[in-house]
Amino acid sequence: MAIKVVKPGLSTTVQDLGRPGYYHIGIPISGGMDRFALSVANWLVGNPEDAAVLEATFLGPELEFTSDATVAIAGAELPPKVDCEARATWTSFHIKKGQTLAFDFLKGGARAYIAVSGGIEVPVVLGSRSTYTLGALGGFQGRKLAAGDELELGARLGATEGRTVAPKLRRSPGVSAELRMMPGLYWHRITEAAGRHFFEDAWKVAPEADRIGYRFRGGRPLEFVPREPPFGAGSDPSNIVDACYPYGSIQVPGGTEPIVLHRDAVSGGGYFMIGTVISADLDLIGQLQPHAGVRFASVTMEQALAARHDRQRLLNEIRETL
Amino acid sequence: MTSRYSYGGDEHIFVECDEAMSLDAFFKSLSITTAIRAAQIEGVTEICPANASFQVKYDPDIIKPGDLLREIQSIEETVGAGHSLLETRIIEIPVLYNDPFTHETLLRFRDRHQTPDKTDIEYTAAINHLDGVDGFVKAHSGAPWFVSMVGFVAGLPFLYQMVDRPRQIQSPKYLRPRTDTPKLTIGHGGCFGCIYSVRGAGGYQMFGITPAPIYDPNQQIKYLRDFMCLFNPGDIVKWRPIERAEYDEIVADVDAGKFSPKMAKVSFSLDAFQKDIDGTNATLTGALNGH
Repeated sequence: MAIKVVKPGLSTTVQDLGRPGYYHIGIPISGGMDRFALSVANWLVGNPEDAAVLEATFLGPELEFTSDATVAIAGAELPPKVDCEARATWTSFHIKKGQTLAFDFLKGGARAYIAVSGGIEVPVVLGSRSTYTLGALGGFQGRKLAAGDELELGARLGATEGRTVAPKLRRSPGVSAELRMMPGLYWHRITEAAGRHFFEDAWKVAPEADRIGYRFRGGRPLEFVPREPPFGAGSDPSNIVDACYPYGSIQVPGGTEPIVLHRDAVSGGGYFMIGTVISADLDLIGQLQPHAGVRFASVTMEQALAARHDRQRLLNEIRETL
Repeated sequence: MTSRYSYGGDEHIFVECDEAMSLDAFFKSLSITTAIRAAQIEGVTEICPANASFQVKYDPDIIKPGDLLREIQSIEETVGAGHSLLETRIIEIPVLYNDPFTHETLLRFRDRHQTPDKTDIEYTAAINHLDGVDGFVKAHSGAPWFVSMVGFVAGLPFLYQMVDRPRQIQSPKYLRPRTDTPKLTIGHGGCFGCIYSVRGAGGYQMFGITPAPIYDPNQQIKYLRDFMCLFNPGDIVKWRPIERAEYDEIVADVDAGKFSPKMAKVSFSLDAFQKDIDGTNATLTGALNGH
């Protein structure tokens, strides 16, 4: 035993870089919502980028350490304290046996990544330690942490204290109000005017925003191109014959509130989708708080790949400086 | 039937084989995805067949989106329309229709249903011109069903009834989705049946419940030790109506590690099926009894 959960926070789960390969039977990739912050937190404590960490949502946990460890917090601005003494985010620090890690209130973003040297040691299920709560799979007993849980740590890697990421290299959480998406999939189901409105309108994150998906409201309802419902689709104009849902795909049930599917996505269903948020911007969604303002921007494949490379370049730069 | 290709962002290629559901569209999706899997294309991480469409997830750092799209298109041309033979298995799933568990749940959500004064079975029987609950059970369990997609949540099979279109049971989803559905509920929405693998939200009509688990993340159930999900796309399911006493017996047997669903290997030919639906189905279900 190396960490005792005194208070679990609102929703704290074990996550790594995910569990690809089982989406065809409905098991989503899972893993950190903000993979950028997860990888950086791991490097700060000397772990490989895909080690298992704790993902704390909105409210931090209180954790008692029963062995020495190096810790780093990245992602949301959730200020850590060791025995009531403030520590910096995006910077590694030591915790001694018997000390307690707690957090102040959230100052920005939505999800903080708590990396501990050695990584959180839970069983590897289908190639990953990530928690998929809907399927009660992986992580710590397939669920979010509860008071009294005891977590094991992997072998120490001996990270130093005070490793830090320069502020200009940090991806500031929750400030990007623009989500880039590639129109496609069933885009042809809406009218040209509806397509214009979707990009013009200001959207806000709805309270229904979790690891499965983020719902948005505030924009005008989408108008559909009339059709004869295809056999098996259902009578609503937003229905399709149940199909796969890409990660980041934007479905709009009834044409009213767009939902962007995330790491714990439902793998398929009967609602049409108007396009897909690009891979580089999925991290950012994971840092949006309810009521955050958002606009969608249309991009091409070339722009999506350029954004993907920019993100990777920034990660490489951070790795080289550490 | 011309396939429609679309990029799903920079990491997915989405292919709609047909807008409408049919066995032809399903077979096309299944045979193309099987061929993509066999091609072992570097950079492809997920191959997901669905009812009348499919999706491939890939790493664009390893394979260029345009190159993969062209490769899938050439696989589609090679596979063509002639690929209609399937080596698969038929699995018998016991069902307690009109059970007390889904009944209790449907009563809690009557305000979200089309007919608050009827149960889901009574409503679906009426709109499909079936003779009450008995007529419904006969129509629902008479012919086998194809697993045309696995997903939504872990291990949940979508099922497509193996009868001609006029005989297919159709029923709309609830007006507003429920926030609760018992685990192992037999559901139905549009032309698709399903088995809810976990407890949770749902919008499909609820007809009954099976005592046979189909998903076990802890892999303790005897027949789910090798893999935690029972179903794969292309499996065939035959419902067997049971009474409450047998339901309880099977639940106890599952706990004691004594129950496994009956299953048999079968060959399915789409051409033979389309020539003689009832005859093909009789041969398939006969395999469950060693014929």
